[in-house]
Amino acid sequence: MKGLFNILRMSSYHEFNYCFMDKHRRTVWAAISTSLILISIGSFLMKGMVLGIDFTGGTLLEVQYSQGADLNKIRDTLQNGGYKDAMVQYFGSSHDVLIRLGLREEKNSQMISHEILKLLTTDQNQVMMRRVEFVGPQVGKDLIEGGLWAMLYTTIGILIYVAVRFEKRFAASAIIAMLHDPIIIIGIFSLFGLEFDLTVLAAILAIVGYSLNDTIVVFDRIRDNLLKMRKETTEEVMNVSINQTLVRTIMTSWSTLVTVLALFFVGGDLIHGFALALIIGIVVGTYSSIYVASAAALWMGVKRADLMPVTSKENALDRHS
Amino acid sequence: MNQYSTWRYLAIFGSVLIAMLYAIPNLFGEEPAVQISSAYAREAKIDDNTQKTVDDILKNTNVTPKRIERDDKQILIRFKDTDEQLKAYTALKNGLSGFVVAQNLASTTPNWLLAIGAKPMYLGLDLRGGIHFLMAIDMQTAIRQDEERFSQEFRNLFREEKTRYKTVQRNTQGGVFISFVDVASRDKAVGLIKNRYSDLLVKTIDEPENFNATFTYTPQALKQIKDTAVEQNLTTLRNRVNELGVSEPVIQRQGEDRIVVQLPGIQDTARAKEILGSTATLEFRLVGEEGASSQQMKNREGQPVWLKRSVIVTGDQISHASSGVDHQSGRPAVMVRLDGKGAKRMYETTKENVKKPMAVLFIEHKVTTSMVDGKEVKNRQKVEEVINVATIQEAFGQNFQITGLSQNEAVNLALLLRAGALKAPMEIVEERTIGPSLGKENINQGVNSIIVGFVLVVIMITVRYRLFGMIANTALFLNVIMLVALLSIIQATLTLPGLAGILLTIGMAIDANVLIYERIREEIKIGNTPQACIYAGYEKAWATILDSNVTTLIGGLALFSFGSGPVKGFAITLCLGILTSMFTSVTISRAMTNWFFGGKKLTKLSV
Repeated sequence: MKGLFNILRMSSYHEFNYCFMDKHRRTVWAAISTSLILISIGSFLMKGMVLGIDFTGGTLLEVQYSQGADLNKIRDTLQNGGYKDAMVQYFGSSHDVLIRLGLREEKNSQMISHEILKLLTTDQNQVMMRRVEFVGPQVGKDLIEGGLWAMLYTTIGILIYVAVRFEKRFAASAIIAMLHDPIIIIGIFSLFGLEFDLTVLAAILAIVGYSLNDTIVVFDRIRDNLLKMRKETTEEVMNVSINQTLVRTIMTSWSTLVTVLALFFVGGDLIHGFALALIIGIVVGTYSSIYVASAAALWMGVKRADLMPVTSKENALDRHS
Repeated sequence: MNQYSTWRYLAIFGSVLIAMLYAIPNLFGEEPAVQISSAYAREAKIDDNTQKTVDDILKNTNVTPKRIERDDKQILIRFKDTDEQLKAYTALKNGLSGFVVAQNLASTTPNWLLAIGAKPMYLGLDLRGGIHFLMAIDMQTAIRQDEERFSQEFRNLFREEKTRYKTVQRNTQGGVFISFVDVASRDKAVGLIKNRYSDLLVKTIDEPENFNATFTYTPQALKQIKDTAVEQNLTTLRNRVNELGVSEPVIQRQGEDRIVVQLPGIQDTARAKEILGSTATLEFRLVGEEGASSQQMKNREGQPVWLKRSVIVTGDQISHASSGVDHQSGRPAVMVRLDGKGAKRMYETTKENVKKPMAVLFIEHKVTTSMVDGKEVKNRQKVEEVINVATIQEAFGQNFQITGLSQNEAVNLALLLRAGALKAPMEIVEERTIGPSLGKENINQGVNSIIVGFVLVVIMITVRYRLFGMIANTALFLNVIMLVALLSIIQATLTLPGLAGILLTIGMAIDANVLIYERIREEIKIGNTPQACIYAGYEKAWATILDSNVTTLIGGLALFSFGSGPVKGFAITLCLGILTSMFTSVTISRAMTNWFFGGKKLTKLSV
């Protein structure tokens, strides 16, 4: 927050000169990133994910009571009605109740919602059905498959584009930074037992695009500067480039962050998981495009000479200045 | 420097005007309406008579509509509130036969806008309330039905052609298995079948005493059957949804063997499921005696009834059905009218079998999937029930009636017979129901978060970039308008995640202007003249903007290709938002900058 206010008040002529890329800092951040990823993978393997019914299949009902609802009473009613696995919780307020059921072996899984509404309306309290979601076992499998394919297509598409526009080592580094973010989002969702549903998956894929956008801007500047600053080492050039794009990085990540924060606080309960995944993703994505992507490029040994073939294009762009 | 030609300003200004024009319909509200359309194209047409009947019914119920609009296909009646709408709806539904009467929310967009094709965005079910079903077709049952039919037809064929055979039966693992006593009759039979059924593959196996042949579908035929099954089911579902009376339903094929059905505004999921998923059909057969030529069935009380194997008429041959009451007994009945071929067969059969009993067999296929020990298990069930046995009093053909059902069953069966049978049973694999109040809430919350997010971004940008920031903010606002216009024009479905996508676009679209302005600031630092700074800022930032947007677009397209329903809505707004933002934040903001500053002597830039 403080950083943002400083930038907003800053004069046009201020110049940043933070040290991002020296060996010591790189090691520290690499260690932090690596441990975050290890924790994420560890949590994913040990704790697993709390998957939403989009993936597991099952039935989800949101009902609204005219007066405050008594969860224990609802649980009892459902238990007696034969729904032993029913998970009942408040959703947003004490009037709204969320009921989750697993897939059932009986054949009439499609008619569950009506039976439950019937069970609950026998109470004195008036019940209104707000939302019903039933997902069969076939659908979840397709979704996970589709999600993985989308991820793969994105990776390949970007790899090709960045390799053509930049260089293959930049492309590989961009992919590393790109995979870094979803792993950490998934890790946080797993660690804190947050529900992972279809919208969270969509948010992750959007973050992949966002984080990449950030990385590309930094890379673009590195490419420019590598060709302009002939005396400095690659490390120094990277440091200058990150500093030069720092204001832009902070401005854009904050402008995106405030819109997503608005979504989180104003957008309602249905969109909470989605907004949360985006918030985590923007924070992690901004960090990863500064540290992970550039450090990875450096580690892979990006050199000035690698960029020489595209010089003619750069000159064409520079001509106007 | 930094000047555009007049035509360029005009072109940009024109595109903004057009976008505004097509975005405007979204500002108009909706009002309750009742929509009347003919059930099927071939039946009742909307004409002056219909209009008169409608007027009379409305007059009798003391409802004064706000406005009545009529064209060849439908009558749309608008009301001032939902009470009047409901009153009129109930009266019209009961008073009009042969028409689909549906409750609807009609947009109040003025006609001149509608005339140029400007419509409000199409709201998804999570924003307007309604039911979404994803149905999977069970092809195995469809093929089994075909094979059972083949078995019957082969027997008939062999009888007609005097070919001797031992058995004809359907293999449990698929295919029709026929066994013969000698090679000659087998070869003759194979020849006969090959002539008549070009889409079957034959495999012959000889055993010491038996000469066998197995017939299965060719792979091409299987593919074609799948396609026709999906097509036929789509048509049937459309008819059934028509019968339910839904305005603006969506019925589409999704993937190889799935169908999406979306019914906006419908709340009664139980009836919708009963009607959509039902494969119920009828067969008329003579009652036979115990033995090989008959099959044992059960009646509704569970007592056995023996029916002859050959079917007189099936449900497909019913051309019209309606429910009513049997005048003699006062019991619920289904009035049936057969098509020409069916009527002829029925007449011939009944003429020869007067005073003999005939049965009506009710057949329904059900498929459900459940998880047992982590594996999917499909439960296929065929329900066959003799609903009625009656003695043939005299020969009859085209028109007759069936009794033996409850009132509700008679209404549903008539509807199902009328709308046609499903080629293959369908299973609901996904269902999402959103209540109307939740839909409204979702819209409000979504729009509010867009407003809050937009205002926050505008404040940030104004504080940092001052006068240039105002240009960026104007471009950002135009970006939202262009995005809304584009979504309205292509009538893409707007969902709650779609609204989130618009919001995210706002946050990300400003990036282009940030990139440009930071470049301009850098140029100022170097000490270039203001005009040169503006020029260089835009030119140098362009490559970066293009690179970063293309990569984001690649992610968005992948999301679009895999996504279904709500996720697709998000992907569409995200992708379109990237495209519009490139136009507004680069082209439009440049045009504005040039308009205000171009060609003037500037000493300082407010950036």
